[in-house]
Amino acid sequence: MASECPDRAHAVAFTLNGETVRAHVPARMHLGDLLRQSFGLTGVHLGCEHGVCGACTILVDGRAVRSCLMLGVQADGATVETVEGLTESGRIRDLQDAFHVRNALQCGYCTPGMLVTAAELLDDADAAASREAIRAAIAGNYCRCTGYHAIVDAIASTAEARRQGRPNAGREAAE
Amino acid sequence: MKAPDFAYARPASLDAALALLAEHGEDAVPLAGGQSLVTALNMRLSAPGLLVDLNAIPELTGVSEAGGAVRIGAMTRHRDVGTAAIVRERLPLLAAALPHIAHPAIRNRGTIGGSVALADPATEWPACCLAAGASIVVRGPGAERRVPADDFFQGLYTTALEPGEIVTAIEFPVPGADAVWGFEELSRRHGDYALVGLAATGRRLAGGLSDLRLAFFGVADRPVLARAAAAALEAGDLAGAQAALAGELDPPDDPTTRAATRLHLARVILGRVAAKMRGGSAQEGGPDGV
Repeated sequence: MASECPDRAHAVAFTLNGETVRAHVPARMHLGDLLRQSFGLTGVHLGCEHGVCGACTILVDGRAVRSCLMLGVQADGATVETVEGLTESGRIRDLQDAFHVRNALQCGYCTPGMLVTAAELLDDADAAASREAIRAAIAGNYCRCTGYHAIVDAIASTAEARRQGRPNAGREAAE
Repeated sequence: MKAPDFAYARPASLDAALALLAEHGEDAVPLAGGQSLVTALNMRLSAPGLLVDLNAIPELTGVSEAGGAVRIGAMTRHRDVGTAAIVRERLPLLAAALPHIAHPAIRNRGTIGGSVALADPATEWPACCLAAGASIVVRGPGAERRVPADDFFQGLYTTALEPGEIVTAIEFPVPGADAVWGFEELSRRHGDYALVGLAATGRRLAGGLSDLRLAFFGVADRPVLARAAAAALEAGDLAGAQAALAGELDPPDDPTTRAATRLHLARVILGRVAAKMRGGSAQEGGPDGV
């Protein structure tokens, strides 16, 4: 449990990208700021800070959430994964390769949120079976560069490769 | 922007949460999924002294069925509401509404009780509650009470909740074997707030419809039951039902959508929902839907 301190900072402990971490966090600080400022995880991009743009999307207990719409103190006891953790684990390497191959990276600001949203979607390959479903899933992530086509291409090709049991297809194409 | 300063407490029981709300009065605000409240904090539209986080209270989550009703704990996440086996089987209207609620990351965190308590007039769960004849279960300093959805939603972000009370669950009557339902929503972009939406329930009898409840949302300061349109539809008069909407819905003009446009769109989706409810499609609208 988070303990209350007179300065309204709360002690929290949670699993962050596979490691147990501790911090003192003011109640008013959202989780995105905590991850960036206390843990240097600047892959968590902050855009709108009111849940619209999706750039700050991370996984909490395995589910995609907006880190700007969750307080840092609420991470106490949770399992948090950012794009850095997903990258290091290799879990989305095929997806990242596909983003590269399909020119879906562009300016890169939306990319971490897109990758995390897609990572959750791709956990259920059937759910990512149609471009329509992919478009619906990433509608909550703003992209100003690609018009979404390249991103949808990347996610769709990753889903197809995973269905066919060829998770390295994107890497082979990139090399 | 960043939220103003506030204190935070995470009680482990409903009684402890209610005690905090009673102690701090209007200075304290319950925090459910936070998908609206934290937005309001970040934009400094809200400045409570204390947030009472309900996320550590196990008795507020989960879906169960007993005594002819499905009970959904207030802190059940949108996604868990729409994907629960009991909901998919008993309340397919809610499962159909789920994909229209914002975006996956919001559905993973937001809660049905928070949505109902906030009572945004353009959102899906309040209209579903109204269409399905649900009761809102409320606890406060006194005894638990049940408020019919018809009486709960009173205006723009205004409900029958009294100070110090929180929504603890929503109870939906289990539809009978002849029950039908329909759900339609039009928005500019998938996941945006509804320009106009319709959640509907009824029964299909001898080729006709009866006991219709047509709950339109996004067209007024609260979800609205279109009773005259329902009566016309029960009489088999779709055109009459669509015409009746002009007398029942009075949508506001806003900078992007004229009232007349919303009213037209309401007639369009009423036609679609009526066709599904009358048509007996196994995929949508029928007792076996979803």
